[in-house]
Amino acid sequence: MNAEPISRETIAHTIFISAAWLSAGFTLMIFGFMAVLGYPILRDGQLFKMLTGPWSPIHQNYGIWPMIIGTLAIASLGLILAVPLSLGCAILIQVVAPRGFGHLLHKMVHLMTGIPTVIYGFVGIFLLVPLVREIFGHGSGLCILSASLMLALLISPTMILFFAQGLARVPRAYLMAATAMGGTPIQRLVYVMLPNAWRSILAGLILAFGRAVGDTMIALMLAGNAVATPQSLLDSARTLTAHIALVIAADFDSLEFRSLFICGLILYLFTSLATLTMRWMVTNHMQRP
Amino acid sequence: MKKHTARIGLLTIALIACIATQGRASALDTFKNETGTIKISGGTAHIPAMKAAAERIMSANPNIQISIAGGGSGVGIKQVGEGLVDIGNSGRTPSDKEVQKYGLNMFKWAIDGVGVVVNPQNAVKAVTSDQLKAIFAGKITNWQQVGGANKDIDLYTRDEASGTREVFWKKALNKGDINPKANVVPSNGAMKTAVASDPYAIGFVSVGHIDATVTPVALDGVIPTLDTVKQGTYKVARGLFSNTKGSPTGLTAKFINYMLSPEGQQIAAQKGFIPVK
Repeated sequence: MNAEPISRETIAHTIFISAAWLSAGFTLMIFGFMAVLGYPILRDGQLFKMLTGPWSPIHQNYGIWPMIIGTLAIASLGLILAVPLSLGCAILIQVVAPRGFGHLLHKMVHLMTGIPTVIYGFVGIFLLVPLVREIFGHGSGLCILSASLMLALLISPTMILFFAQGLARVPRAYLMAATAMGGTPIQRLVYVMLPNAWRSILAGLILAFGRAVGDTMIALMLAGNAVATPQSLLDSARTLTAHIALVIAADFDSLEFRSLFICGLILYLFTSLATLTMRWMVTNHMQRP
Repeated sequence: MKKHTARIGLLTIALIACIATQGRASALDTFKNETGTIKISGGTAHIPAMKAAAERIMSANPNIQISIAGGGSGVGIKQVGEGLVDIGNSGRTPSDKEVQKYGLNMFKWAIDGVGVVVNPQNAVKAVTSDQLKAIFAGKITNWQQVGGANKDIDLYTRDEASGTREVFWKKALNKGDINPKANVVPSNGAMKTAVASDPYAIGFVSVGHIDATVTPVALDGVIPTLDTVKQGTYKVARGLFSNTKGSPTGLTAKFINYMLSPEGQQIAAQKGFIPVK
């Protein structure tokens, strides 16, 4: 008679464990797929040349170094611009004006998370690019700066929601204790809420970084896609993602096409490295509550 | 009497409708009782037009299967020569060696011209070949050097898989270098948008795509228009060819005739090419 509830538990356990293994397996399979299809390059010993050389198929150069720099530049600048903005908005929503403007902002941010990326790209082409061109006087306006600004706008809504949720989940007892000890709202924010919301802030950062590194449309439409390594913020640049989108129409058997799998591998490694680093930072630098 | 008038009226309308619809579908009628497959491969520029034609044929007669693959002009010529496909598309004439080796028959059904365009606000309306090469190589960097305002030239080029870029590079630039700092856009449409919104831009588009939002630039005195390309006075153009091994027969011959028929030529024009007829 006791056997039935136990086997139901085991069934549920098995299903969930399988789901976990399946999703982990898929992630590893993608890595394997790219490694296997990019094998001709690894086998010919061209990997180093590919990672550090320029891109010029006419001269048999299939290096993706300019694209690596492009991705790093646009993603980092986008994050640097987005994090203070998102943190500020989240603090406004949860602490400064939770019942007035903050509530309205929260609803608007919810809406923004649903906007497709290509809309941002479109708006960027017609509004942001001419603005950047006029402000700086030279250059076409298609540059790292334009792409980073629009990217910051793209990744902010998700980050804001994560940050706001993290701040909201701080136990009321802590907040009341801080107030009882005479803490002002700002002191409460800095000494109680932010340290406790660290996990959510980190999760939001990881998600935003993944999206920034992996975004294709904004980089394709706003960054210019030049093959030369960018030297300044106003230079046209190409990211790994835009590169894949542009070269994918090439002949399947060519070395050009194979280089795309190396691009995919690099993107994969970037995101994994960033995620692992941030998680390591949590365990080493923050005490567990 | 009224009853009869109504019936006669309806019959007349039905009869006219039958005659009218038959007249419209005449080009597709040759495919009516056929079955079989047509395998096509080769140039990517041909694909949109071929796909449109294939869709019309296959919906008129579901017993016909037409498969279209890319691969480029070289692949198309090789595959049709080796008998792997029925029709091999190429964006260039097969060389004499290839014609001899494979015994190819060539059919040109469209011309694809590529013209240089600038923003309508730009004062520069004509350049020479040497100036064009220097601009795209990055040696001439200011519009003042070719008679325009004192502003940097913003270069726009296409991605490497683009047939439009290939024609431009081979025939207008004579295989010269393209500045690696040039902005790369992914399509003819994107190129038009970029040039139309940047007053100091220079780029190139398929002649069939040129409209009022961009200004064509005369190259060595010849303005790129549908007419100058058709007449041959504007040299930066290539023919779109469909090649077959030996004389085409059966379904293959009918497909090629369809591409050369008024309906097929209309499809080519719709896709931005210049019809040969």
